[in-house]
Amino acid sequence: MRLTATVVIALRALRRNKLRSVLTALGIIIGVAAVIAMVSIGNGAKSLVEGQIASLGRNVISVFPGSATTGGMRGGWGTSSTLTIEDAQAIEREIAGAVAVSGEVRDRQQVLANGLNWNTSILGESPGYLSIRDWELSSGAMFTAADERSTAKVAVIGQTVVTNLFPDVDPIGQTLRIRNLPFKVVGVLKPKGFNFFGSDQDDVVIVPLTSAMRRVSRRQNLSGILIQAQTPESISRIQQDITDLLQQRRGGREPDFTVRNQMELAEAATATSRTMTALLGAIAGISLVVGGIGIMNIMLVSVTERTREIGIRLAIGAHDRDVRMQFLIEAMILSILGGVLGVALGIASSEIVSSQLGWPVLVSTSAVVIAVVVSAVIGIVFGFYPAHKAARLDPIDALRFE
Amino acid sequence: MQPVVQLENVTKTYSNGEVEVHAVRGITLQVMPGEFVAIMGSSGSGKSTLMNVLGCLDRPTSGRYLLDGVDTSGLERNERADLRNRKLGFVFQGFNLLSRTTALENVELPMLYSAERISSAERRRRAVQALDIVGLSDRAEHLPNQLSGGQQQRVAIARALVNRPQVLLADEPTGNLDSRTSVEIMGVFQKLNEEGITIMMVTHELDIARFCRRNLIVRDGRIVRDEAVPDRLVAAVEMQRLREAETAAKLIGST
Repeated sequence: MRLTATVVIALRALRRNKLRSVLTALGIIIGVAAVIAMVSIGNGAKSLVEGQIASLGRNVISVFPGSATTGGMRGGWGTSSTLTIEDAQAIEREIAGAVAVSGEVRDRQQVLANGLNWNTSILGESPGYLSIRDWELSSGAMFTAADERSTAKVAVIGQTVVTNLFPDVDPIGQTLRIRNLPFKVVGVLKPKGFNFFGSDQDDVVIVPLTSAMRRVSRRQNLSGILIQAQTPESISRIQQDITDLLQQRRGGREPDFTVRNQMELAEAATATSRTMTALLGAIAGISLVVGGIGIMNIMLVSVTERTREIGIRLAIGAHDRDVRMQFLIEAMILSILGGVLGVALGIASSEIVSSQLGWPVLVSTSAVVIAVVVSAVIGIVFGFYPAHKAARLDPIDALRFE
Repeated sequence: MQPVVQLENVTKTYSNGEVEVHAVRGITLQVMPGEFVAIMGSSGSGKSTLMNVLGCLDRPTSGRYLLDGVDTSGLERNERADLRNRKLGFVFQGFNLLSRTTALENVELPMLYSAERISSAERRRRAVQALDIVGLSDRAEHLPNQLSGGQQQRVAIARALVNRPQVLLADEPTGNLDSRTSVEIMGVFQKLNEEGITIMMVTHELDIARFCRRNLIVRDGRIVRDEAVPDRLVAAVEMQRLREAETAAKLIGST
């Protein structure tokens, strides 16, 4: 018997019981809608976090000072003060594939300018910093390597600093004072917004690393070293090379530094949302199974109800296979119908969530395809037993059935 | 000429737990093409079991059954289904049409299960033709519940005919019909038989059996009488007689 004829027969049977068909599919509809909505919201959250991670820079590897032990008291990561500008220079010199290296010194200072003052973070960096952070200037220029060598008193400032210190003048060429030292503003950064830890990345004054170390912070050690790898693929190799290099420079002492890459950071940040998505996905999966059981239930009722019809079909020459296919296709149509309606409902509800709650929502094509395929599979799995039961009927008994 | 139906010492035994029921105890029978046979017997005589065996719905416990020269005893479930589809047509007492399915679609049904592929246009053409034979082509789009009992049975006959079977098997085809409609249905069978179709029908009504050419009487799972019908009734004549009787009744009623 031809498949199209079977499909027509199955559709006819479903059309005879419209309300029942819709109610049966409802379990699948809700299950699929839940999956789609959950995955969309989860993806939206993930892409938001990923965007924030990306704002940290491109292919970035960070070296942080390790823990220091003072009189038996072990400090945490970052308490060691052994990361030096020479380490940064060694990395720049010796690591192949490191396109930009910037030692970093962080500080907070009161900054005065234009008759106003503002407490902001002072970053001592190398000229390569903007490339590492994937950050552009809106006007002016970055300070140069020559400035760094000569511990020049120049600064590049973020938008928040502009707003607070230079509300109505062009900051380029203006002077701001840090610890009473005049720094000339040579560049203004484009806004970058908040990072995912919630701090304002634009609230920053960047000065040459050497200037920061000698003039502002007056310290010898670095808060960290940022390295940009050429390609994402080379990150882990470069990370290892840096570890080896620094280890070698310390002549076998216990490592007092830690090397991290951006991927690890991103993974940590997305782990939570992944756990959440998995959990919600599991709940949605359970509701799909429940929906499948609903379909099985109705198909069993339907087989009993239509025993006589099955008897007629068998008597006039239907094979087991024909009857099995008929009921299997009915179950599949129900579940695929549920899947398609569920996808529509899921997309609609995630759109509502996005417009009403302002959450970022990202409907993934793969989730849609998977949902429809899974619901078809559910139709086959849960439709199989009733279909098998129908196909096994004896035509004589089936014809006698009242 | 080769017999279309040939039973050789066929038995059928059901085992009901410990008790064995011998429904058919050795029947030997030959039916030639073009015959019109009535199988009669009281309930429990084994005529229904015999009918199930003849219809390839059931397998004999022992003995051989040759349908159109082919031994059916070794056939599998699906092979028997193909045989039913190709060589047999069934007419049931309760009509057994698919509800909420038009007369035309009901008649098309056996062609959906045919081994050969028939285009939907061809299916439709043959179904209309079969409905035309039973005089119902104008009711093609009606649903069973929009048709009278006689009309439903005629749709069922059209369905049984549509694959051009060797034998038409009818199980109490007039059992659910009034006497006038019964005569009408027997008229359809007689017309088909005159066109050369072999018909075997089960009935317990003597009047109905007299429309056939040959009567078998089954008792306790055996054929106890097998004879040609001497005073065969002709449906057309009987219809005419019924009409006259009705007219007479009306005339009497009106005076």
